[in-house]
Amino acid sequence: MGILEVKGVNKRFGGLLALDDVNLSIEENTVHAIIGPNGAGKSTLLNCFIGKLLPDSGTVNFNNSSLLGLKPYQINQAGISRVFQTPEVFSELSILENVMIPAFAHRDGAFHISLFKSLAEETAIREQAEKILQDVGLVDTRHHTASSMSRGNKRRLEMAMCLVQQPKLLLLDEPTAGMARADTNNTIDLLKTISEAHNITFVVIEHDMHVVFSLADRISVLSQGHVIVEDHPSNIKGHPKVQEAYLGTAETQ
Amino acid sequence: MLKTLRISDRALMVLFTIFVLAVPLIMAPLGAGYPDLMQRFAIYGIFAIGFNILFGLTGYLSFGHAAFLGVGSYSALWMLKLLSINIVPAIIFAVVVSGLFALLIGFISLRRSGIYFSILTLAFAQMSYNLAYSVLTPITNGETGLQLDLDDPRILDTANETSQVASPSFFGLEMGDTAVVPFLGMDLQFNVGFYVSALILIGMFYLSLRIFRSPFGMILRAVKSNQTRLNYTGFNSRPYTLTAFVISGMYAGLAGALLVCMDPLAGADRMQWTASGEVVLMTIMGGAGTLIGPVLGAGMIKYFENIFSRMNESVIQGWFSALPDGVSDVLVAVVSPFLGSGWHISLGLIFMLVVIFLPGGLVEGASRIMNLVTRLSQARKAGSSRSDTRPQDDDVSSEGSSPSSVNTRES
Repeated sequence: MGILEVKGVNKRFGGLLALDDVNLSIEENTVHAIIGPNGAGKSTLLNCFIGKLLPDSGTVNFNNSSLLGLKPYQINQAGISRVFQTPEVFSELSILENVMIPAFAHRDGAFHISLFKSLAEETAIREQAEKILQDVGLVDTRHHTASSMSRGNKRRLEMAMCLVQQPKLLLLDEPTAGMARADTNNTIDLLKTISEAHNITFVVIEHDMHVVFSLADRISVLSQGHVIVEDHPSNIKGHPKVQEAYLGTAETQ
Repeated sequence: MLKTLRISDRALMVLFTIFVLAVPLIMAPLGAGYPDLMQRFAIYGIFAIGFNILFGLTGYLSFGHAAFLGVGSYSALWMLKLLSINIVPAIIFAVVVSGLFALLIGFISLRRSGIYFSILTLAFAQMSYNLAYSVLTPITNGETGLQLDLDDPRILDTANETSQVASPSFFGLEMGDTAVVPFLGMDLQFNVGFYVSALILIGMFYLSLRIFRSPFGMILRAVKSNQTRLNYTGFNSRPYTLTAFVISGMYAGLAGALLVCMDPLAGADRMQWTASGEVVLMTIMGGAGTLIGPVLGAGMIKYFENIFSRMNESVIQGWFSALPDGVSDVLVAVVSPFLGSGWHISLGLIFMLVVIFLPGGLVEGASRIMNLVTRLSQARKAGSSRSDTRPQDDDVSSEGSSPSSVNTRES
């Protein structure tokens, strides 16, 4: 039984069947990559995990309880964090505050009023945030506002925002999209260290095969809303169905 | 860094307290040192501070905060009529009632954001205004406005013994009492009502400072920055915005209560949309999201309203009387539309200038001036040291000074 169990999920947008009977089982403490050509339904599937979309049918269970119909904040409180495709941070706030906010959400829950407690007194939260920033290499600039950061650093910050909550499952939507090769390699190293140091299950959606094959323990290939293959990385590259999905067959050409 | 912030906050608090308590001294030379206007400075300062907790921190622009001001006024006046002429129960009751009213309106309005939220709050406020004029006349006394009467029951006080209507008091200290002290040829007016309002203003400023510096305040700023992201971070943002809405509604109710404590008359005009717009103007003019800005904005607008509006044509003619007839007539004709009854034109022009050139309000203006001064003094220092050194050192000294000027801007 995996930590995340997806059974028979369908999602239709008008005439387009975006997800067609998707079944997935994601094992605990693995890095599971979901790949597939453009428009295969990868992001749609991810959005069904985080409460952004509601599937037309099927079940999505996390630790044996259903995620369907939960609000985004409830899914986060259940232990699922997400790194966005385009980095989403609190631009006007400082880098340190950006990490302290999810730390508060993790400690105090979805709603907790402490009107008269000063931020300066929250030393435990601040130290926790600073430690994570140390891990991702942003601790020296922690008092700068997040709007001044490069895209790669914003991604690091997002990673820190997720890690500070010690999630059970971390969803990464194209973590290296639009990055230069050097930044991509840095991100791979960062993800590797994280997955070795923490007990976190990763689901990675990625275009970049270099990233996928250096990180993943297991790969699912999605094509036209359907999981066509699920296997170890070593068996994926030469798989005829995968080549067909990416390159097309001789007949269709 | 957080420790130094706390010290600067303490300094801010001390300076603010001194400034507010010295208002009769500061305002007398400006022609604004009379009790009625000084009370308004303090009361509208409270109103704007409260509005800023909602608008400045969360970015939710309410266009209906005057409704809470009005509700606070009516509830306070009813307490003065029914319970006691002492202002304490009146203020407490007004804050509670306006808080409940804000809870109701906020609960509905906060289901939408942006312009839809603004329109919803505006609609609720106009609804309250019209209800106060029509259906609710038994409570609000309609167009005449609610006021104190000789036959008010006032169950906690001894009933009126004299034939005069009592005036609100704080345990015997009447709000209208004023001590006039001559000082350097001016009459300084130390008024009880002003000092009651001023002390409450200082307390409310401290409360808002604590909210700004609390984790709650940080989460509200995160709402303004990226509410969707906040929800994916595990926070349910709506109760946070609702709390901010209720707190700012209670501030408005408190301000409304103080208005009737100073002048026991509550009319529905207080709830009209122009009054809601005024507090938006005050907050933006002073600097939304800053601590001190809303108070400055409130002071400035109330000053304009009371001082500029009294500069009618004959006053202006007095200024230019020394000039030849033709010239003074032209000048009077040019200036007079902007003053007296046309003071709104000057206010509008200033508002436009502030929004275009100082989006951060008066506070941004002040900090820019501070930066200019520090840069000029640094430049002078660099210039004097440069005269002793050889020309080739120029690059070094300019490089050395530019990062430090960046630092001062950040702090």
